[in-house]
Amino acid sequence: MIEVQNLRRCFGPVVAVDDISFTAGKGDVLGFLGPNGAGKSTAMKMLACFLSPDGGTASICGHDIITDPVGVRRCLGYLAENAPAYHEMTVAGFLGFVCDARQIKGAARKQVVERILSMCSIESVYHQTIETLSKGYRRRVGLAQALIHDPQVLILDEPTDGLDPNQKHEVRQLINRMAQEKCIIISTHILEEVEQVCNRTIIIARGKILVDSTPAKLSEEHGCSLNEVFRKITTTRKSA
Amino acid sequence: MQGFWAVLKRELKGYFATPVAYVFLVIFLFFAGYLPFRDGFFEIRQADLRLFFTNLPLLFVFMVPSAAMRLWAEERKSGSIELLLTLPITVPQAVLGKFFAAWAFLGIALLLTFPLPAVVVYLGDPDMGQIVTGYLGSFLMAGGFLAIGSFFSALTKNQVISFTLSVVACAVLVFAGNPTTLNYLAESISPSIVGVVETMSFQTHFESMMRGVVEFKDVAYFGILIAAWVYACTLILEERKAN
Repeated sequence: MIEVQNLRRCFGPVVAVDDISFTAGKGDVLGFLGPNGAGKSTAMKMLACFLSPDGGTASICGHDIITDPVGVRRCLGYLAENAPAYHEMTVAGFLGFVCDARQIKGAARKQVVERILSMCSIESVYHQTIETLSKGYRRRVGLAQALIHDPQVLILDEPTDGLDPNQKHEVRQLINRMAQEKCIIISTHILEEVEQVCNRTIIIARGKILVDSTPAKLSEEHGCSLNEVFRKITTTRKSA
Repeated sequence: MQGFWAVLKRELKGYFATPVAYVFLVIFLFFAGYLPFRDGFFEIRQADLRLFFTNLPLLFVFMVPSAAMRLWAEERKSGSIELLLTLPITVPQAVLGKFFAAWAFLGIALLLTFPLPAVVVYLGDPDMGQIVTGYLGSFLMAGGFLAIGSFFSALTKNQVISFTLSVVACAVLVFAGNPTTLNYLAESISPSIVGVVETMSFQTHFESMMRGVVEFKDVAYFGILIAAWVYACTLILEERKAN
């Protein structure tokens, strides 16, 4: 479902993403791990067609990110870092706007909204303005916006950042429930999340993929916890 | 096309969901109503809206950039541009949706000046054709200023800088057609170039519409101006959306 080939992006002299390639299919929950500034968000933005790559290409569900960005965005649910939204809108108005943009109308819209409200547990704040919501609720609204059209592919940038332990648990449960039917990429700093949720791990540092494996294999190979594996790989290979 | 309508609907609703629209409308309507009377509406003893229309360019120079400055600067600053442009909407659809929503809002502001023509119709026997073309010219001029404002709004994340640059650009285009400016230029530049400068000014084209004449060249002027600045806005946004 996701095929990335030699994706590259520079910001001036800084190479943010340096020739990365990987694939992911249905049922994969791919964990993007890496230090800050590694290029995870930049890679995700390119896949969501928000940034255009300087080199290479990728395709999501058969749509190329360079030639068919609208097609990509149609079958993709994307949650950006900081869960952006229009703060002066109510949750209802905001989800209505997303449905408008995604051409979900009439009875289908009612159904879909009802489903998403219970899935993301935002029934209680449906009529509140997003400005007045706590961080946790804002992120859930962001998640709702990414899931509302039941996309085949999900790209979530730090989906549990800033949530309390209970909320983190709920989001991870949600991802686990959806994992079988979809292809999901999440980026995270929380290594226990990778162990709980992901069946594959990609470790990125300085724009390059250092490791493309599974959490279990990594722990086995290096004979230590994922935490230490991460530290080993990202610190010793810094000079590479 | 669906994306265009979704953005337009959201924007227009958004204006009226916050105090922004109401503050703007009150200030605009106050000055639009006050200035004709200050300039001698009753003393002239003529039932027309000439004084109302003559004051509009200068009023627009300040008011339209204040409506335009939040168009893109706010989206880029708050990060909601990342949400907007990862929906299945193209950049041109988003730019046009926002532009037309803002233009519709300015159209509503102009419509709300209806008490003035109503008063004039009651007091005398005005040339309705002149009033209609005057409003048409004002609407087109608002669109022109808005297009310039949306470009500068896309250029920077800071709304104040966007406002200032738009005001300067709009002011230059208005004052280029001022007789004083043209006379001053005529002293040092050849008359043909002064002629070109005159045709590039808002004032010139707006004035002929005010007099009741709708010529193709005037409508075309506004049309080309709007299309060019909106296109430039699209280009700038494509380049800078992620910064």
